[in-house]
This record gives sequence, C-alpha cells and structure tokens, in this order.
Amino acid sequence: MVERRMAPGDDETMDEIHRRLKESEAANLTADPQPPGVWERVQMARHETRPYTLDYIKLVFTDFHELHGDRRFGEDAAIVAGIARYHDEPCVVLGHQKGRTTRTRQQRNFGMPKPEGYRKALRVMKLAEKFNRPIFTFIDTPGAYPGIDAEERGEAEAIAYNLREMAKLRVPVIVTVTGEGGSGGALAIAVGDVVLMLENAIYSVISPEGCASILWRDRAFAEQAAKALKITAEDLLQFGLIDKIVPEPQGGAHTDHEAMARILDKHLSEALASVKGLGEAERVGRRYDKFRAMGEFSER
Amino acid sequence: MAWFRKKEAPKSPDPGEERTVRTEGQFVKCPKCDALLVKGEIEDNLNVCPRCDHHMRIKAADRLAMTFDEGEWEELDSALVSNDPLNFVDTKGYDKRLEEAQKSTGIMDAVIIGEGRIGGHSSIICSMELSFVGGSLGSVVGEKITRAIERAIEKKLALVIFSASGGARMQEGAISLMQMAKISAALARMDEARLPFISVLTDPTTGGVTASYAMLGDLNIAEPGAQIGFAGPRVIEQTIRQKLPEGFQRAEFLLSHGMLDAVVQRKNIREFIIDSLNFMMRNS
Ligand SMILES: [Zn+2]
Repeated sequence: MVERRMAPGDDETMDEIHRRLKESEAANLTADPQPPGVWERVQMARHETRPYTLDYIKLVFTDFHELHGDRRFGEDAAIVAGIARYHDEPCVVLGHQKGRTTRTRQQRNFGMPKPEGYRKALRVMKLAEKFNRPIFTFIDTPGAYPGIDAEERGEAEAIAYNLREMAKLRVPVIVTVTGEGGSGGALAIAVGDVVLMLENAIYSVISPEGCASILWRDRAFAEQAAKALKITAEDLLQFGLIDKIVPEPQGGAHTDHEAMARILDKHLSEALASVKGLGEAERVGRRYDKFRAMGEFSER
Repeated sequence: MAWFRKKEAPKSPDPGEERTVRTEGQFVKCPKCDALLVKGEIEDNLNVCPRCDHHMRIKAADRLAMTFDEGEWEELDSALVSNDPLNFVDTKGYDKRLEEAQKSTGIMDAVIIGEGRIGGHSSIICSMELSFVGGSLGSVVGEKITRAIERAIEKKLALVIFSASGGARMQEGAISLMQMAKISAALARMDEARLPFISVLTDPTTGGVTASYAMLGDLNIAEPGAQIGFAGPRVIEQTIRQKLPEGFQRAEFLLSHGMLDAVVQRKNIREFIIDSLNFMMRNS
C-alpha cells in the first residue's frame, strides 16, 4: 500500500475545494442521517470532490505507470490506463477520469471518451491478457463524447468492439462503478467477472436530463426521470445487473477518500479472489452466463 | 440512447414514426423530393423513390420476405413480451405504450426473427421494426437476438441483422443497456465459431444498437442515405454549439470515414448477402 494520506487528483487543491464545499449547499448532503434519495445520489455521484480513478490508483495501487494512446489515432485523457501493482501483484488498471479545475475538466473532456480512449483501454486490456495479469476498471463518465470528430472516427464501433472483446478476455476483470455509469460510454469498459458499484454511484441507460428531454420533452423533469429509470446501486443489484454494492463512508465517498479507498480495497481483494482461482474457460463462461441472464421478459 | 427532439415537436414521440406522408387514395408523397408517386409502382420498386432514389422506411416483415429464398421463412420466439420491469411511467405508462405498439404493428416487440434459406444457405434473419417504440432495444429484442445467435452457432447457420432503431429502450433502464453487452458477448462466440454475421444498417440506426451488434458484423453494410450514428444530432449540436455539416451521419458519410464496408441499394442487398455467404460458408 502507498503511504499517502492525501489524494490530490489532478492538480487541483483538495483542501481548497473541501473548504469551499463545506460552506456551500453540498455540505448539506452529508448532514442528513437518512439514506439519500435518488436525486441526492445523482448529485453525489457527480460531486466534484468524489474520488476519481487516479485517486483510487494512488490510494489502492502502487507502482503505477500510465500508458498512453491507442496506436491508431491519438491519446484521450478522458480515460487513464496503465500497469500497476495491486497488493504486489502486477495488474492493469484503467478508468474514466474527470478533472476538477476548469483547465483539467477540459483537458479530461469531462470524462467523456472519444473512440481513441476506448481503443486505448482495450489495447491495454489485451496487454494484461497477453501477460496473464488481472484487470481493474473504474467507471465514472456522463457518457461517450457526442461530437463530430468522435462520430467520424467511429464512437459506436469503438464501444461495440470493446463489448465483444471484453466478453472474451481470458484474465480476471474486476469492474467498479465509482460515480456516473453513463450508458454505453460506461459499459464499454465495464464487462467484467465481478461488477461492483459504490453505494451512491448511479448507472443508467441515459442521463436523467436526456431522458427527461425526450420523454417529458423538458429537462426540468430530470428528477422524475432519475426516479423512473431506477439508477441506484440497490436497483441494479435487484435486477441482477451488478454483483455487489460497496458501502461508502458516512456522508459519502467525497467526505473521506482514504476511508473510501480502504473499503474499496477490501471489496476488490474479495472480488479478485473469487475469480482468480477459476480456469480460464470457466471464468469466461461464467462471465458470459452472467450477462446472458440479464433481461426481464415473459413468454406468452 | 435515443436522440433528442425539439420541445415543440408534434405528439407521437416514437423516433420510428413513419415519415412517409400518406395522401388520399392511390398516391404516396416522397418525403425527400416531394414527388407524388403511385402507390403500387413505388411498392414494386421496393419503396425506393424512382425520382430521387430515396430509400423509404419499410416494415420488418417485408425485409424477411425480400431476403429469404422464395420469401419463405419460419418465425422464432414470437411469443416473448416485455413485462415492464421498472413500472415505468413518463407522460404515459410503458405498459400502455407496449399495448398500443403491439396493436398497431401486430407484433409483440421490436424485432422479428426468421429462419430460412438465403441463396440456399441456412440462415437466421433478425429484422427490427422501427415503428415499435422506435425500434428500441430492450429485454425482448436482446433475448430474441441472443437466442438467434446461439441457435445459429448450434446449427451452424449464417446470421443477418437488419437494424432500424433509435437505440436502447429507456423504459427498461439499465436492463436495456446490458442487452448491448449480452448480444455482443454472444457475437463473440459466433465470431470464434467462424460463422458469418452480416449487419445491414437501415434508416435510422443510432445509439446503443449502433454501439453494439450493428457495428460487429463480419460485414457492415448500409442502405443509401440511412442515418447512422452513436449520439443524436441534436445532442451533438447542443454539445459543440455548431451546425452539423451536410450529410453528417448518413451512410455515405460513414463510408467515406471507413466505418462501412459498402453502401448497397435495396434492390441489390439480397444478391450482396448471397455472394458474401458464398464466400463465407461451405457449399450447402
Ligand atoms: Zn423522391
């Protein structure tokens, strides 16, 4: 384990942000002893001091070396990927990355990857497969980037290809939804043997705002849409779409990064242990069966 | 992810709403060039405008009839229905939406699966029905296509999917999203079994359908002018605050960016599939 006490993400100053937030309305989120409602969870999942992938990498992993680029077109800072050690075991770790300052938010494109981000992620996952190392992925994105360049370079194809290839990966894949699980842009790095989800994370087919503007024809109905879409960790567990909920520290992950990292570490260890001993064929078979069973229908 | 529509858009919000303007009696107006076309003649022309080559949207069942040998096929898994797992209600209950769609289309959900022969090759076709809740991908579409793929692997059949969809079905939430992973995982097995999958993208194919099986064919082909993309045009416009270029997300745009193997006229699709299957399959 690393010795760090602080988890500064991406060149922001956490102290400043924390001080500012304590005085703001966001502090109210932590004051309520009741379990948060759906909309509060949406806000917590998007909270700007919520731990991001690089924070978890610093707190839970060691010897991280970031690997850049898809070797096809470019580098995409909305996804970070690299090799590291998890409790001394060499592994690949990757995930969406958001920024916390105006500059880093733009640099990270608000955590919305372009095709090169997904292709980089797959390239590094294949590296893990080749050298028989486990893969950890962290999910926190509003969605894949909706832009002209992303469409030109095949955003849809990049996501689709990842879905197919991740289903085949012969090494353990441990997925954690840490913040926003934004639709296909999240799923594209979230096909795993074990899918964990933090207590206050959300995972949805479309953002509440997007859903509201289509079905209610007004973004103001986002809160209603969030409820209707059933996007909380409890909902996903109930439908069998995730394997386990990871509890957050009192008040939410953003209030105590170190405590959050300790809890997550324990769950990652358990998750890895549960699939590491399986033979390759069995592990891949179980991963298939898990996603195969997802769906709710009747036969008339 | 379906695309956004303007607030002031008319009611009947399915993205799959038929654009063809039906005029009184014997004439159909081409939605692109406004030509008044005699109904029987346009149908004989596979619903392609003889004036401007506009490929009009057609029914899922017509695709099957046009593609299988002698227009003969046997339907599979027609009895699967969604059971509204979220009890989803927006301006209307999802159960009501389903009921209305079932009544108006005569099918239980947004895809028809048929088994038959194409150029003598035993094949399964999955054909999406756009007018059923926007051709959206939910549990039933996901399960039917996955079963079709598994059956194709078991019986060594070829697979053809005609996509026509606004994307994942919002009313089934994250369950819909996971259908993308489920179908793609089945396609991974089909790929490993070295069986052919030809994906035909028709107008429109967007969101989660494009971002899963529609882009995973051994060959991905599209009809001329078909709108194909991941994000909806309005979402992109709102994000980048620019007008989109002419022809953006049309089949020809994707072709020029290397995302499609070919853009094929409707009248040539069957022949294209047969020649491809002749290449891909042992003589049967
Ligand atoms: Zn015309």
